Amino acid sequence: MTATATSRARSAAWKRRQRRLGLTYSSPAMAFVAVFFIIPLCLAAWMSLNDWPLIGTPTFNGGANYLAIGQNQLFLQSILFTVKWAVVTTVLFLFVALGIALLVQNARPGVGFFRTAFLLPAAVGLASCSLLFLGLYDNDFGPLDDLMHALGWPAGRIGFLDTGDAAFTWVMVMVMWRFAGFNMIIFLTGLQAIPTEVYEATRTDGANWWQTLRYVTLPMLRPTILLILVLSVTGGLLAFEPFYVITQGGPNNSTVTMVMSMFREAFTLFHLGNAAAIAITLMIVLVIVNALQFFFFREREERP
Amino acid sequence: MSQHVGSMRLRRRATGAGFYSTSSVLAVLFLAPLVWSLVSSFTGDRASDGHGPVGVANYQRLFAYGEGVATYLLNSAVVSTITVAGTLFVTVLAGYALARFQFPGKNILFMATLAILMIPHPTILVPLYTLLKAIGLQNNLVGVALVLIMFQLPFGLFMMRNAFESVPREFEEAALLDGLSNFGSLRRVLLRAVTPAMVTVGMFSFLASWNEFLAPLIFLSDSSKFTLPIALVAFRSSNFDSVDFGALQAGIVISAIPCLIIFTLLQRHYVRGFASGALRG
Repeated sequence: MTATATSRARSAAWKRRQRRLGLTYSSPAMAFVAVFFIIPLCLAAWMSLNDWPLIGTPTFNGGANYLAIGQNQLFLQSILFTVKWAVVTTVLFLFVALGIALLVQNARPGVGFFRTAFLLPAAVGLASCSLLFLGLYDNDFGPLDDLMHALGWPAGRIGFLDTGDAAFTWVMVMVMWRFAGFNMIIFLTGLQAIPTEVYEATRTDGANWWQTLRYVTLPMLRPTILLILVLSVTGGLLAFEPFYVITQGGPNNSTVTMVMSMFREAFTLFHLGNAAAIAITLMIVLVIVNALQFFFFREREERP
Repeated sequence: MSQHVGSMRLRRRATGAGFYSTSSVLAVLFLAPLVWSLVSSFTGDRASDGHGPVGVANYQRLFAYGEGVATYLLNSAVVSTITVAGTLFVTVLAGYALARFQFPGKNILFMATLAILMIPHPTILVPLYTLLKAIGLQNNLVGVALVLIMFQLPFGLFMMRNAFESVPREFEEAALLDGLSNFGSLRRVLLRAVTPAMVTVGMFSFLASWNEFLAPLIFLSDSSKFTLPIALVAFRSSNFDSVDFGALQAGIVISAIPCLIIFTLLQRHYVRGFASGALRG
């Protein structure tokens, strides 16, 4: 009797102690999440329903900011550009990063050096990388046009950033260079999670390299491919630094991304309410897009 | 068995040449821009002021620009130091709480942290600008660092929670039996056990805060407060007709060097991650 009572009292005391310590230790994290995440998120929703100038009092204007999105030519134009950018970068990342990962997945002498070499650009900040390639693409300062002419490119000026399409392509090259190694690492982690026995079984069955890739490796990489899809679609739709730094949206606003037009709305035109409406719209679109990707990849996983 | 191994060796030698040539070409493509940036910052007429092939004039012009690169380096260092220290403080404590205790709000904290990953950064930065202005932390390096700590919470919290979960409970029980208070046991015994995870979280938050662009661009309005990436991009736009590319490359070199050093140190942790997965081949 007394033993149970004592142990019950002890367990009640232990529970109180757990609550007290748990709350104490997690309170800084809770404060950060509340002040710098939950409150701003609510504030964003509220700001989007107000005419919110940089200086002066905000006035409630219902859904006017959301309706204004439909009239915002720069933003509407940026949607098309950004979606195209996100789709093309994602597809390229899947092929390029998987190719590199397959190349360096096996332990070989020197393979560590190659992995490091491919990953090294990821250590340099995206803004610095953008400035680096801005120099590389300059016809006077950068060596790239001379190099391409030496390799047989038709003579004449190579305008890396002269048109919207050219800028799209060459900024893409920079982004591939910066992120391919990072995506390679994610693929490598996924590849290394596939049990060796699976490969041995397919080898015994006489499958060739392509069949192994198509029917064993790719299906087993499904979660990894999903992760890369989500990361690069999100990254693509939120692209900012490469175009802000390299093209500054030009020529003729042909390379303005959605986040760039939101930034202009907020900090060039000082329409914080309109910017908040764009921000909330962007968030809803991203949550839906990522949920859809999860849904489709989960769904097919059920079937054999 | 030995026959099988023999055939594998043969095939590996055959594909070896293809592997080394392809990888080498790719390695050159990936390393060339970094090498070119370093070389071009020291060479050319503007680098040597016309005296010989190499010189440091690009760096001298960069140091003379604006408030001087030293100021921007210091600002970046302040933001990174506060971010790394703050991230470690918050995530070590909360990671321990999540791994060891049952308390009200535990699931909410977990879900809210997960939500930080799902909400686009730009969405939260516009209201944060208004919020920081209201509490007097706009145009303030501490304000930038506090926001960056928040962005680091998802990764840091998961890392630290998993690290604490993998430490056997007997660790603390032994420490408690020795008569240490709970906080004492956490500090002395557990911190040593989770040091590798702390190193990883610290390095990642350094790289993220040192390289962050959008948040300081939005929050810092005074050029004397600029961090290095903001200052370099401002430098590019300061004279639009003729960008001083040499000095710009010098700035890229300066901003990249700490990252490349940290990254090389981090490499061991990546390698350990690979080793923990079944090694093949």
